[in-house]
Formats: sequence, C-alpha cells, structure tokens
Amino acid sequence: MLFKKPSDVPSSEITPPSRYLNRRSFIAGAAALMGTAASGLAFKRLVKPTEDVIAGTKLQYKQGQYGTSEKQTPFNDITHYNNYYEFSTDKYEPAELAKNFNTRPWTIKVDGLVSKSQTFDIDSLMKLQLEERIYRMRCVEGWSMVIPWIGFPLSTLLNQVQPNSKAKFVEFTSLHDPKRLPGQQRGVLDWPYVEGLRMDEAMHPLTILAVGLYGETLPNQDGAPIRLVVPWKYGFKGIKAIVHIKLVDYQPTSTWTKAAPNEYGFYSNVNPNVDHPRWSQAKERRIGEFTKRPTLMFNGYGDQVASLYNGMDLKKYY
Amino acid sequence: MKPRYLKPFIFIAALLPLARLGWKAYNSALGANPIQVITWSTGTWTLVFLMLTLSITPLRKLTQQYWLIQYRRMLGLFAFFYGCLHFLTYIWLDQFFDVHSMLKDIAKRPFITVGFTAFVLLIPLALTSTQRSIRWLGKRWQMLHRLIYVTAVLGVIHYIWLVKADLRKPLIYAAILSVLLGYRILTWTVNRLSRDLQSTPQSATLKNRSAVAD
Repeated sequence: MLFKKPSDVPSSEITPPSRYLNRRSFIAGAAALMGTAASGLAFKRLVKPTEDVIAGTKLQYKQGQYGTSEKQTPFNDITHYNNYYEFSTDKYEPAELAKNFNTRPWTIKVDGLVSKSQTFDIDSLMKLQLEERIYRMRCVEGWSMVIPWIGFPLSTLLNQVQPNSKAKFVEFTSLHDPKRLPGQQRGVLDWPYVEGLRMDEAMHPLTILAVGLYGETLPNQDGAPIRLVVPWKYGFKGIKAIVHIKLVDYQPTSTWTKAAPNEYGFYSNVNPNVDHPRWSQAKERRIGEFTKRPTLMFNGYGDQVASLYNGMDLKKYY
Repeated sequence: MKPRYLKPFIFIAALLPLARLGWKAYNSALGANPIQVITWSTGTWTLVFLMLTLSITPLRKLTQQYWLIQYRRMLGLFAFFYGCLHFLTYIWLDQFFDVHSMLKDIAKRPFITVGFTAFVLLIPLALTSTQRSIRWLGKRWQMLHRLIYVTAVLGVIHYIWLVKADLRKPLIYAAILSVLLGYRILTWTVNRLSRDLQSTPQSATLKNRSAVAD
C-alpha cells in the first residue's frame, strides 16, 4: 500500500478551507472527517489498478500543445472502462469483446461538399505528423479521465479534401458491421453511430482524430483504428472506428440525439450549468479519485473555444 | 417439508453478495470506478431481496408449503439492509455528505426522488417487523406492510429511469414484479368475485355503494 508524504500531495488536491469550514452541520462535518480518515486509506487500495499489458505498436510523435499537466488516468482504466455500445452496453466488457476486432484493411472516405473527395488508407494517415495531446475527457454520465491521445488535427485531413463554401457541418459515421460489432445486433441505438460538428468546431486546433494513446496504437476498445476527440464536449461526441466523413450543409443528427433529443443535444458542450434532465452535471468523478470535483465550463477549454459560441443561449443549444 | 437449518443457511447466503463485494474491494478488483460498482451492486441486491420477499406469498400458496412464511421477515429485512448500504453508498461514497447537493438531487432528479421515496417507505416496515409490533398493530400491520408494493414499484422505476439506453436488465425486474403483483391482483379479483357471487345481487349493490361512500 502506498502512503503519500505531505510533500507529495499537490496543492490542487487539498480541499480549500472554504469548503470544509462551510459544512452545514457539525455532524456532517465530523462524519466527513471520519470518513476521510477511514475511506481515504481504503480507497487507495480500492483503485489500485491491476496492470495488464496489451500489445500495441509504438508510435512516432511529437509533443503537442494544449496538454494538461494533470495526473494521467492509468492505461488499465482507460482500456477497461469503455462506453462502446457497438460491443456492449456494459463498460467492463468491450476490453474483452473487442480483442479480436480486425482494424486492417481500413479506409476512411472523405467526401460531400468538397473539391477533392478522397478515400484514405489508415496506414497513410498513420504516417502524418502525429502529436501527443493530453486532454481531459468528461463523460456525460458524470465521470472523467485524463488521456494522453496520439493523433493529428482534424483540420489537417479536411484541408486535404478542400471543403467548398457550402460546407457548414461535418458528419461522421462509424463502421456498421454487426458480425464484427456484436452490439449492433441489438437495436439499443440506431446503427451506425453518427456524429456531427459545426465547420468551425471541426477546424478548431483542439479537435483531433486520435490513432493512439500512451504512445501506442489505439486499443480496439478505445475506438481503433481512428476516432474523434473533441475535448470540450461530452465524451460521446468522440465517435469511434470512423469509416466516413462527409462535409454537408445541414446539421447532422447525432445518434444519441436521435435516441433522446431532450437529453443529448447537437452541441453537447461540457457545461456545469446545464444539467442532464435526469442528473446534475455540476460535478464529476475523476476516475481514480475519491471525492467529486467541480466540472469546468467547456471542460476547462473555455479560453480556446468559448468564442465559438458567442451570443448563443447554451441552455437552448445544449 | 421444512428442511432443518434452513434459517442460518438463508442468512449466510444473503450475506454472500456483501462478502463478494468486500472481497473484490480488498483485492482492488472493482475496476476503474469502484464507487459505481458498489452502488450498482447494493442497489441490485435490494431489488432482488424485494422480489424474493414478494415471492413468498405466491410460493407458499401455490406449493402449499405454508411454513415458508417464516422466512419472509428475514428476506424483507435483507432488502432493507442492502437498501441501507445502497443509500449509505450514495450519501457517503458518492456525495460525500454534501447535504446541499443531496437535497438538490432529491428534489430535482426524478430517479433519485423515487429511489429515496422507496427507501424511506421501507423504514416503517423494518421498524414494525418485530413480533410485538405485529401483535400491537393487529389488522393495521398488514395494511402498513402493503407499502412494500409501492417500494418495489418505485425501486424498479428508479432503475428504469437511470439507464441511458439499454433497458434489458431493468425490464427483467419489471417483468418479475408484474408477475408477483399480477398474482395478487388475480387472487383478490377471484376472491372478490366469488364473494359477490355468494351474496344476493341486492346486497352486492349495497356493498358497492358503501364501498364508494367509504
């Protein structure tokens, strides 16, 4: 068991005095203190990740911008806690079920309102300048991770096909193959998975297509061979196993929006002030941490992206 | 026939889910989000024990093993026990005694509102589960303990409302509960009809009228 020396505890982990002095009642405060003492130690043991190695290919990449220095979520948690309904609605199952999913050969068709539509082979995309982006990932369910993605900006790909002036949105589609993706044999969602971004969101430097994490090729359960990562939006916007990217003049209907339009909007920006109809979005549990932390507007990327939504009522465009 | 040593056997069996959870927690085998696993597990076993409690009456009547009634209280109390653990997980591990946030949750989140209500309704049942209370309350005891139907229905609704898209598991509980409650509706209806048939048409009408007046 690991014990932290006081000097090992970063100041960010220390509860600010305003929080513990403001406890509503003495009883709650006392209980919380006892709880911390007992559970803090126990929790260390509770979350100690069991390491198991998944063979991945090492990637060549440079260090990208916008990275956070926050503690990265262990590889084992990123690869064994996956919302990937194409394999299973159980978060613990995709790791096993995706094991034999074959991601070669794989092509991505990029077409629509562009001057040069193209079909890219995944291996040619792997040869682009890859960079590491250490992003926070906030799931709409109220948990979060810090993930060291390897990928390239989506704009790099879009610039190659030259979108024309009529292109207003980008529509992404996942692989539809119920034989290889057993979850698609059930109509839990309307397959294939579809996601969309506004053109300026798609071209934003924070938006990447990821092909790896922790320096290696993307594990199947995390969306191999290529997936979208938009760090200021809820995780489900990050569509996995992409086969088709289409530039369009209409706002695409995301799969989750189709499933429950009042719960999952097109934008789905991380927003602590707009609750999911059934639960609060004000706080989140960082995987590996015991107490919840406040959720940040735009998942903490407001400086970079808030201007995209100037003048928009984010309660209406959730 | 009533097997010997059944009571301690059921008691130990009912503690196994908790032991398994404790063992997994001790061995760091609860995965990336242990608190969620603990919440799910305790919630699931609350529902299971509610269903088991509700299945005693149909079971003993259908099989004519009337001694089964002796285990109903224990199963009901285990439902309350796992319900308490589930509730404790929420206020301690999940919310960490943030009273403000919990009050907001209970008021604003329908699935938490119904879950909380289901739990609160179990408290008087657990408190009046003693032999003394049964004697003291008499006929009213049975009336009071019909609250378990409400708890079970709210518990299943609580489960249905919290899932995102995959309704398979909560609907299994809904189906089981429908059978258990359907059995009761059926027997009540049958008893009612046979009673009505026995009485004269005139008195039946009078009885209905008085029922309305009640």
